[in-house]
Amino acid sequence: MSWLAVVVLAGGSYALKAVGPLVLGGRPLPARLAVVAALLPPALLGALVAVQTVGGDGRVLAVDARLAGVAVAGLAVWRGAPFIIVILIGTVTAAVLRLLGVP
Amino acid sequence: MSTRSPDPSGIVREAVVVATAVGLFGASFGVLAVAAGLPVLMVCVLSLTVFAGGAQFAVVGVIAAGGSPVAGVASGLLLNARYAAFGLAIAPRLRGGFLRRALAAQLVIDESCALAIAREDDDEADRAFWWTGAAVFVLWNLGTLIGALAGSALGDPKALGLDAAFPAGFLALLAPLLRTRAARVTALSGAAIAVALVPVAPPGVPVLASVLGVIAGMAASSGSAVVPAPEEVT
Repeated sequence: MSWLAVVVLAGGSYALKAVGPLVLGGRPLPARLAVVAALLPPALLGALVAVQTVGGDGRVLAVDARLAGVAVAGLAVWRGAPFIIVILIGTVTAAVLRLLGVP
Repeated sequence: MSTRSPDPSGIVREAVVVATAVGLFGASFGVLAVAAGLPVLMVCVLSLTVFAGGAQFAVVGVIAAGGSPVAGVASGLLLNARYAAFGLAIAPRLRGGFLRRALAAQLVIDESCALAIAREDDDEADRAFWWTGAAVFVLWNLGTLIGALAGSALGDPKALGLDAAFPAGFLALLAPLLRTRAARVTALSGAAIAVALVPVAPPGVPVLASVLGVIAGMAASSGSAVVPAPEEVT
């Protein structure tokens, strides 16, 4: 990996992150755009949960210990557990299953 | 526990809790990146300048698998394209002028935006964004440095279940946003679109394409309130 790649990735990432705060400034969003903006995080976070739970290496789906970990973490969320407990429960569940030989 | 809290709204506590978890991911990133053959200095510069875990993992993963730096950077940028959407969502609630916003842009990440959006009050949203962004920045980079120096001492992230920590954390961040029907439909649609695309689309595209779930959410809301009245995340 070259330093040029690092510069391109860093510059591109910053440009993407800056679109909202710098281009939009402090102006309020138009009403319709505000509705879209309010729904973007649920869409993206829902996708991140799903893809990082059942996405394998490359273009494959994979059911493994992560699914059980996230399911148990989901129960913890439903019971109102704090953030760190949710993460710990999900992590420990997956780790224990892997210890038992689950992929 | 004292009766008078110096942090009544829990903003600092949430920021530290989230940042601690992210610091552990940072350590695993440092380990993996060094194992993929990157020098320690480059690994730390990546975390300081890119400051986006998913993209950094993607780049290192592609390169570790023998892919070209171009493919690595492309998938990293695709993964980061969601920050344009996150930045758009959080921008109206940030305070200050150009310089403060230019600095805030670097702190646009999943955690800072999710915890800020969950705040009803705009001042609290701004504080939550900065506290979370700054705490995560410090601990992500500290974790990266420690991980890169410790090398393989941390062990296999999969054996430790750390790959389940990511989706579990995102689920905890998502849950408080699901108080309206439109948000629930959007989240489910986004998840379904992403999973359906995993087998056919390049890495990063499925998560990006999930923004189309917003259309389903808007159709489902049919005029009722879409913007939720947020409450505390934890």
